[in-house]
Amino acid sequence: MGDPKAATERIIGVGALVIAVVAPLIFNAYWVDVILTQALIFGIAAASMIFLAAYGGMISLAQTMLMGSAGFMIGNMVTKNGAGGETKGLTLGWNPTLALVIALLGTTLLGILLGALAARSTGIYYLMITLTYSVVGFYFVGQVTVVSGFSGIANINSYTPPFIGDIVENRNRLYYIALGVALAVYAAIRFIIRTPFGLSLQGLRDEPLRMSSLGYAVPLHRTLAFGLSAFMAALAGVLLVWWQGQVAPGDIGLQATLDLLIIAVIGGLTRIEGAWVGALAFIVIGNYIRDSWLTDLLDTTHIGGSFQTIIGLTFLVIVIISPDGLMGVWDRLWGLKSGRDGGEGPSVTAVPAGEKV
Amino acid sequence: MTARLAHMDLRRLAPRVVVGLLVGFALLYILVLANPSPDIGGNWRTTTFGSAVDDWQSFTRTLLNALTFAGLLFIVASGFSLIFGFMRVVNMAHGSFYLLGGYVAYEVQQKMTGAGYTIAGIEVNTWEWVLPALIAAASIGIVGLVVQQVFLRWNQGQELRQALMTIAISVIIADQILAHFNEGLASSVTWPGWTNRLVALPLLGIQYSLARLIILFLGLAVGFGLWIWLYRTRTGMVIRAGVDDRQMTSALGVNLQLTFAIAFVVGSSLAAFGGVVGASQGAVAPGQDGQWLLNSLVVVIIGGLGSLLGAAAGSLLYGLVFSFAAVYLPTIGSNCCTQYSIVFTFVLLALVLAFRPQGLFGRFS
Repeated sequence: MGDPKAATERIIGVGALVIAVVAPLIFNAYWVDVILTQALIFGIAAASMIFLAAYGGMISLAQTMLMGSAGFMIGNMVTKNGAGGETKGLTLGWNPTLALVIALLGTTLLGILLGALAARSTGIYYLMITLTYSVVGFYFVGQVTVVSGFSGIANINSYTPPFIGDIVENRNRLYYIALGVALAVYAAIRFIIRTPFGLSLQGLRDEPLRMSSLGYAVPLHRTLAFGLSAFMAALAGVLLVWWQGQVAPGDIGLQATLDLLIIAVIGGLTRIEGAWVGALAFIVIGNYIRDSWLTDLLDTTHIGGSFQTIIGLTFLVIVIISPDGLMGVWDRLWGLKSGRDGGEGPSVTAVPAGEKV
Repeated sequence: MTARLAHMDLRRLAPRVVVGLLVGFALLYILVLANPSPDIGGNWRTTTFGSAVDDWQSFTRTLLNALTFAGLLFIVASGFSLIFGFMRVVNMAHGSFYLLGGYVAYEVQQKMTGAGYTIAGIEVNTWEWVLPALIAAASIGIVGLVVQQVFLRWNQGQELRQALMTIAISVIIADQILAHFNEGLASSVTWPGWTNRLVALPLLGIQYSLARLIILFLGLAVGFGLWIWLYRTRTGMVIRAGVDDRQMTSALGVNLQLTFAIAFVVGSSLAAFGGVVGASQGAVAPGQDGQWLLNSLVVVIIGGLGSLLGAAAGSLLYGLVFSFAAVYLPTIGSNCCTQYSIVFTFVLLALVLAFRPQGLFGRFS
């Protein structure tokens, strides 16, 4: 309690929460709908990635694919065929509440299955395997035209469960739903890491061999953690299709996968709070850099390229300067001030070779 | 005691039985069970061509397609595997190097022939293909060298950080390609004119594209060259020693930094050369960087990281599954199910991961 850093963080956290709650009164409609809602949604997805990285030592690039899985499931189940209906996907026309439950549970199951397949790998292998999941998922929904095709499924947000209500017209409602889910996910992660499961997960992050010889089922823990993160990603995926109204293979393509990774890394892979910090930073940069003096600079210097080049350069600089992202910068500033190491544990990104492979 | 032994045997046997049954069924299906597709309708036994017994020529053609695709896969993935096995760097920009190689060769060939957008194959002589390919491989080798020296040399051992850096570089390269190479349009390099014909293969009784056979030849040549390099030269010896034990190799007074640089240049050049071959057979287009990153990942995950033999085996298996799944899956109605072929790539990957997570020829370090 006497830790000034923790106290400051608590004040900032409460302040951010208050601002978030009254945001529709402070900011204009564009900011609430496009910047803040989107940041909350991608923050949830990034949190599912950071949860795995920070507490399980697993860098998963499959989170966008899992988001998309929930999105495509909902899209296929709720949209209706017939006059004025949709043409893409299965157009099953099921009850939206039922579809929501199936999409969340189905994606969690998919996560457990995929997590089990990768459970015996760690470190950089885990990253590669989950990346292949992601790219295979992209080609699956693109090529199998029965469930989507490359153009995707549109108009999904016209069919929401009654307790969600109309979110096409009433965008603030969607904002508050996203805020509620984000808070729930944050609280859930904070809770999980204190449970015996969470503690053993952190144990096998640091010492997989020792945990294994103590009798802990290492692959099972990894699988369950991946299943949990799949559930969180599914929540983000559902919110995203409600926000966008549609879902397309591009939402889970390599670009989208890398974008989410960039969000998580900008925020910092060591702390859950970083997810929303990174998402907000990424989306603000993405929104305001498209036609700014920076992109003009690319033209005038004949380097060429669009804001993607700037995003890539920014990402590169962040990885070079602070591999633990903005939260890492924050931790280090406090470390400088108090003259000691402000980090809260080993850096995920700076693990020496051979230790975890 | 015996019960435990039996249990052990069962656990070891079960994967083999499962894999054996799956492979056996696939073979049986392709060789005998499949039927040619009728115009309307069909069942689980109807495929595009029918079984090998029904349509021997289509079967051999598919087989050759698989082998030639495997040749291209090997060219690209062996570079990826070399860099990873030796330096523990997952070069996420490998697909970008592939794409960049294809585009550089396109630009050089356009300059050399002075042609417009499309070149007829007959107007291109051997030199006008070989030189662009060499220039592309060399220039991407230099790009790779710069990336390695500037971004990867000072943070060795930080695998994730290096992977993140190469991701950032791949994002930049993808955007720069859009800005500078043929407006980011799909672009083809043209094979030399003399390859643009079919050759009769008397033993198999079919005619087959010479250019595709050249891809297979190039794949074999790259494999042979890499084998000579890794197993018959001093540099290769250092690399193999470094794969096994980097610290010990370094302690023996070997200049590993120089060898790292050489390996990265060779790995990047192979990606670029693969890009030239890929651009000659089809075209390079933005977005393929992800596809070829996937291809490289799948090949090395199947074959085992850092193993030349593994890269060859992985390419072969992936090529076979990819090509055969595309035409030997059941077609019901108008081309119903062959679009599911991507699923089989995943099944192959899942089988390997489930039963042999280190890959077919990989070792856990």
